[in-house]
Amino acid sequence: MTDKSYYSQLRRSIIGIIVAVSLTPLLVLAALGGYQFHSAYKQKVLAHMEQLVYGHQQSIDAFLSGKLAEIRVLTDVAGFDKVRDDAGLAQLLQSLQSRYDGVFVDLGLVNAQGTQVAYSGPFRLGRADYAHALWFQETMQREYYISDVFLGLRGLPHFIVGVKHSWHGQEYILRSTIDFVAFNRLVENVRIGETGLAYIVSRGGEFQTKPRRDVAMTAEFLNDVLTPEQDLRTHRFGQSQPHVHLGKDPATGEDTVFVTASLKNGDWLLVLQQSQDDAFRLFLRARNFALVGIIISTLAIVFMAFVLSKRILNTVVETDQQKEMMNEQVIEAGKLASLGELAAGIAHEINNPVAIMVEEAGWIQDLMEEEDLRASKEADEVLRALSQIRTQGGRCKEITHKLLSFARKIDPTMKRVHINELIEEMAALSEQRARFANVHIATDLADTLPPIEASPSELQQVFLNLINNAIDAMDHHEGGQLKITTRVENHQAVISVADTGQGIPKANLQKIFDPFFTTKPVGKGTGLGLSICYGIIQKMGGEISVSSVLDVGTTFHIRLPLRSAEGEGRSAS
Amino acid sequence: MSNQAGTIRLLLVDDEVGFVEVMCKRLQRRGLDVTPALSGTEAIQTLRKQDFDVAVVDLKMEDMDGIEILGIMKKMVPGLPVIMLTGHGSEQAAREGMEHGAFDYLLKPCELENLMAKIHQAVGK
Repeated sequence: MTDKSYYSQLRRSIIGIIVAVSLTPLLVLAALGGYQFHSAYKQKVLAHMEQLVYGHQQSIDAFLSGKLAEIRVLTDVAGFDKVRDDAGLAQLLQSLQSRYDGVFVDLGLVNAQGTQVAYSGPFRLGRADYAHALWFQETMQREYYISDVFLGLRGLPHFIVGVKHSWHGQEYILRSTIDFVAFNRLVENVRIGETGLAYIVSRGGEFQTKPRRDVAMTAEFLNDVLTPEQDLRTHRFGQSQPHVHLGKDPATGEDTVFVTASLKNGDWLLVLQQSQDDAFRLFLRARNFALVGIIISTLAIVFMAFVLSKRILNTVVETDQQKEMMNEQVIEAGKLASLGELAAGIAHEINNPVAIMVEEAGWIQDLMEEEDLRASKEADEVLRALSQIRTQGGRCKEITHKLLSFARKIDPTMKRVHINELIEEMAALSEQRARFANVHIATDLADTLPPIEASPSELQQVFLNLINNAIDAMDHHEGGQLKITTRVENHQAVISVADTGQGIPKANLQKIFDPFFTTKPVGKGTGLGLSICYGIIQKMGGEISVSSVLDVGTTFHIRLPLRSAEGEGRSAS
Repeated sequence: MSNQAGTIRLLLVDDEVGFVEVMCKRLQRRGLDVTPALSGTEAIQTLRKQDFDVAVVDLKMEDMDGIEILGIMKKMVPGLPVIMLTGHGSEQAAREGMEHGAFDYLLKPCELENLMAKIHQAVGK
């Protein structure tokens, strides 16, 4: 897996976790709270509608039975003389109308043959024949009867309250018409919300009151929606208590609440209906408000997840880079340590044979001082060869000493060191060599650089090494400029040694601090100088790095911590 | 301090046979009376039998540590100047030897003339 895809996946995981952890409780709470609130609110709304229907059921039934009772009282109290002619009935009707504010429209006396024998009222219905009227037949059978609303002879919606009574051995029906408008008002007044309406319907599906708006009353609607629990072809409405049904209003197609209760001993059904959107309006408003809140919260959480994941990822990337760098440094340090041990062992082993070699060459030189040997014609050549052996022995000695320096630093004694002074000394020391190589050494040293606690000889070795390397880099490049700068940055002393040499190829940059890595010709460099510098700087808790551009130059940067020296300075003061 | 003929008596202690051989020849050529010892034990035995004006001791030997031999020699002949020979890596040990009474130390391989100068310095000539 590449770093890029790994980090992308990590970021997706972080976003997923943040969103899941933040949103899950929010959504669960919203769902549970919403469900509880919905249940409680629905229960409350339906209970209110049931209560309303129950109250009207009671009052309508009381109205009907009251009107019936009035007629029954008349039949019981008023004598035949009072009811047998129009004038008597007119007196009774006037009395009823004055008491009930015009609810009773007319009064009529009908004989057993269905002929109206006396009548008082606004219509001309004298001698009307009701023999085939349903209400007449029902009343004759049941003693008293309240009819459904019908148009009848007068052509207006009305209903009849009839009571059978016997006068002088003859059966008569005293009937009265109830004012439809007054009755309708009882139901019309039941209003709830914007869409709530109430009406009364008979078992046959005929409206007994006029609904405020059109209601599509069909047999299926009546049977399946309003009274699903019983078949109206064989049973009366059986609901003494209000019932709630949820269904679709065929007229509007809306989800609607229907609350029904039976009236008139199950002949009629009082229906209160209201669209669910209207009935649960406050709940829906609260739900929509909560939904908007949840959507805004979700967007905020997702936004925060993106922002946070980016920040976390940046930190992770940074930490990973530091870790990788530290790993490289640990590997480098480990590599140097093991190589150091190896180098020390080799140096010791080589030192003795080299010493013998050099001494043997010295011995031959001693012998060459003899007269006879000196007289030999090849004596000069032998002496030259001996001198060469001794010179090369000296080089071997130098190499072994460097190897040992690599393993153990020259003088690790810690002292208070002024870096600037040390650099000036080293620059002065290399001045002669620089001049030969046509290199100009410039320094730009910060006065504010405080002294640090370090081994002067080790630091000398580092600076000398870097300066010599820089001069070597410019030696075959028609000279150049070597600039050494110091500055204080983030509690660190930063020393830069920059040359205008040929630069280091990128492939070599990675190996530049490896022991025995050299680009110098055979015999010119041991490849240990920069390794030693690296080891020394690492040991001091600092860092050494290199940046290079081909044909432009190379800069070595050394960063050394200033803390210890400053700390001592503070404690001393 | 030297023998009656004025020759400096030197005890050369090193376990490298080749080195001891060539050094003996070169030092003897320069008029020194050199007695070689190829181990610490041999050096101590030789020191019991003979007197020396100066000793040159290698710090790293198989049987005994240079500092240890120095301690024994100093006990046996307290006035004997001891010059220590060391590889570069045991410079620290050589310094330690100085603290234990060694006259001086030289890094191997060394210039014979330097060694001669130290020897003369040690015997006071």
